[in-house]
This record gives sequence, C-alpha cells and structure tokens, in this order.
Amino acid sequence: MTPWIEKQRYIIDFTISSLLRRKVKNIGLLTLYTLIVFILASTMFFTHSIKKEAAIILQGSPEIVVQKIIAGRHDLFPISYIDSIKSIRGIANVETRLWGYYYDSLVGANYTLLSPPDNSGTTQLSGKTTAVETDPDDAEALAATKPLFEYNGALLEPGTLIIGNGVSRMRNISKGDYMPFMAADGQIMNLKVSGTLSSSSELVSSDLILITDEDFRKLFGIAPQFVTDAIVTVKNPNEVSMVAGKIKKRLLDSRPIIRDEILRTYDSIFNWRGGMMIVIFSAAVLAFVIFAWDKASGLSAGERREIGILKAVGWETSDVIQMKFWEGAMISLTAFFTGVILAYIHVFFAGSPVFEPALKGWSSLYPNFALTPFINAEQITTLFFLTVVPYTVATIVPTWRAATIDPDSAMRQTGE
Amino acid sequence: MRKSSLFFLGLTAEVIVFSFLLVHASLSESFQQDVLAQKSALVKTLRLTDLCLFTEARYTRHLSQADLNTAFQDHPLSLEHFPSGSFTQPYVKNETP
Repeated sequence: MTPWIEKQRYIIDFTISSLLRRKVKNIGLLTLYTLIVFILASTMFFTHSIKKEAAIILQGSPEIVVQKIIAGRHDLFPISYIDSIKSIRGIANVETRLWGYYYDSLVGANYTLLSPPDNSGTTQLSGKTTAVETDPDDAEALAATKPLFEYNGALLEPGTLIIGNGVSRMRNISKGDYMPFMAADGQIMNLKVSGTLSSSSELVSSDLILITDEDFRKLFGIAPQFVTDAIVTVKNPNEVSMVAGKIKKRLLDSRPIIRDEILRTYDSIFNWRGGMMIVIFSAAVLAFVIFAWDKASGLSAGERREIGILKAVGWETSDVIQMKFWEGAMISLTAFFTGVILAYIHVFFAGSPVFEPALKGWSSLYPNFALTPFINAEQITTLFFLTVVPYTVATIVPTWRAATIDPDSAMRQTGE
Repeated sequence: MRKSSLFFLGLTAEVIVFSFLLVHASLSESFQQDVLAQKSALVKTLRLTDLCLFTEARYTRHLSQADLNTAFQDHPLSLEHFPSGSFTQPYVKNETP
C-alpha cells in the first residue's frame, strides 16, 4: 500500500473519531442531510418518470380534438359541424366522442364515462363515426368495423358496462355485478358490469367506465344531434397545426387541441416553478443553505482549538484541510447514497407514500399505479452537484482560514 | 477493524446497492415496454387524451381538455381550491395560428 493511501486512511480514522466525539450533532446533521437528498431525489424520480411515461402513453392520443366553446366553457358539439370540418383539405378522418363525468354520491367519487368508438348501426344516426377514407390494409380500421366494442373478451352491449380497476376496487364490484346510475330523467339505470379494464392500465383508466352510445345518451339526456367533441385525423402529420388553425377559422366557436399541446401539458406537469413543487424545493434549498451557512460562517471554538493543537503537534495546513475534506466527503457521500437509495425504494417499490396524501388531494378515487423507473445519468449528476459538492466546499473554506492562522492564537481564542 | 475500513465497507455496500437499483431501473424499463405499449394502445383505441392522476375536479382529471378559465370557474375572483391545482398547469398555450 502506498504511503499516500496509508496517510489518507490515518486521516480518515482520526476524522471519524473526531466526528464521533460530537456524536449527537453529527448524527443529526447526517439525518437532516439524508432527508433533504431523499425529498429532492424522490421528487426528481417521481416527476421525471411520470413525464416520460405520459410522453410515451399519450403518443396514441388523438391528433386534433375539436371542442365547442360557449362563454368560455366547453359545450356539446353539434354533429352538423362535422361537414364543415370534413370539407377542409388534408383531413383524413373525423370521428366524434361521447364522454362525460358522473358523480357517485355513494362513495363521493367522480367517474369518467366514455362511449368507446365503434361502427355499429346506431352510430350513423348519432354521427358517431364519419370515415372519410378507410384503408383496407389498416388493421386498426378493420377492427373498428366490429359491431360491438370488445375488451379482453368482455362485450359491451346496451345495458352493460366495462369499468376501470379503480372503480372496481372502490365499489368492490366486478364482472356480473350491477351498478346503479341515476339518469337525467330521474330514473334509475341498473347496468351490468361485463368486464374490468386491466390493473396495469390504471394510470389512464382507473376511473373510466365504458358505456354504450345508447346508454350514455339515455343517462345524460343528450340528444342524438350532439356529441361531446370531435377528433380529427390529418393525412400529413406536418400539417396538424395548420389544419387546427383552419378549423378555428371555419368554426369560430370551436377550440382545436392538438396532440402536441396534450404532450406539452404533461411535460409541464409538476414543473418546479408550480405551487407545491416550489414549496418542496424552497424548503430543501433553505435547509441546505442553513447547513452551508453554519459551516461557512466559521468553526466552533472547540474545532478551532482542535486545529490549533493539531498544528502544534506537527500537522501541516494541507493535512488539516484534507481532514476537513474527508469530514465533508464522508457526511455528504453517506447522506447522498442513503438518500438516493431510500428515494428509489420510496418511489418505485413503495408507491410514493410520502407524496400520496398531497397527490390524492380531495379525490376519493386515486389510481394505484406502479411507475416505470426512468433514471438517467443527468438526474443523478444534477443531484450530486446540488448536494455533495456545495457541502464539501462549504466545509473546506472556513477550515482553510482557521488552518492558516498561528496555532498559539488558535488555541488561545477558545471559550469552550 | 479500523474505522476507515468500516467507512469504506459501508460506502462500498451503498454503492453496490445503488448499482443494483440502476440495473433494476434499466431492466424494468425493458420489461415494461410491453405494458407501456398496451397502455398506449388503450389510449389509441379509446381515443383518450389524459392521464388519470387527479379525479377531484373535471379540469384536473382532463388537464389538456380543461376550459381556458378553469382557475376562475366558479367566480371571477375565485382562486384555485383543489390541492392538485398546485401541482399542475391546466393548459399550455396553443401555438396554432
């Protein structure tokens, strides 16, 4: 073993003994430091993974959604608008969607009711699907010609429902059970559950209830000439924005929402500048600044005397600085690795229980989802440079000041 | 055992656990590709637009479809009153001409 390594080991031995002499203070410091890294790393892992997952999943979302707006609010979309949209050049397909919310007073939860796209006989009357072009080689288009919506063997027929896993869990119902709804005319509709959506898809389908077009209209009292909104498929993906602009010009009370906007909405979710996130970050940064300030503002009388004695017995300034470097490095590396490991377990194995109460908010129905761990070197490096480097540097600077003064005066200035 | 040896042993153990977690992340990412593809297919089949993250209000359930004036939905002076509103931005500005 080279003498240099042996020397460093002796310095580390001495540093650990020195840290253990102030056990309570240093264990407190280590715990708090680990907690800061844990919170920052958990937030970083959670937000990055959810954004990445949203970007992948929502690639399948509609190219353009067209809503009708009245007095700044989303209104029912008249089917007569579809002809105006169809006449715009570059549009491949226009479909309509029927969806809405239902408040279940029994459990205090909001469900999203959706009539899945199909091509049954009733759809022509209600304007459910208006295909301008159909490619015979397109498997998806052929699948759309099936008479009824089918999900994993569960057939959606009038009088039946397919429910999301969150609804199933909350109401404790499954295939074969009945779910009562109060219709717009005051009648009770008892609909049979014909299947449940997979639990792995809870991030998009937890509160979903798939219902037939006919039942949807009966439940909410929506006339056949109206739908919730329309979705437009464009022939050339580069023209999406231009087509959306044309729709807006042609239908002045419409609001086209393009897929890029949907993706950007989820890319900006949990943005560090937004509400709760800035509170978390400010608290962590403030706590860290207090640490750094405590270190940078000078050493305690005891530490000063220790340095004086070390210099008197023959330690050089560089040795003292090395000792303090190891002190900072040991505390920050231990806190960094412990904090990051705990954060990973917290977010990807335990389902973020620390964030759960805040994320749940006032909702009764909260999806049970396991995030895919998307970790990259950039996140770890950012976290490392935000925590370990400033602390280590903040430890060395005051030590250098103390280590360069005369040992005699360092020992005399003690008041401990 | 020397204190420095104990420290390096502890640090090595943490680095090993951390490396295992990175390997776990990488493997999970590959294994989850099928699940992600299924979710994306469901989104495509059902023409969905949003993640089911916050079900407490309509504009937090469908963030991308929310009204432009969601923050003032009940009253011109009403402030955001759902906790999830503090995590999200309801709408990202339209760049369409």
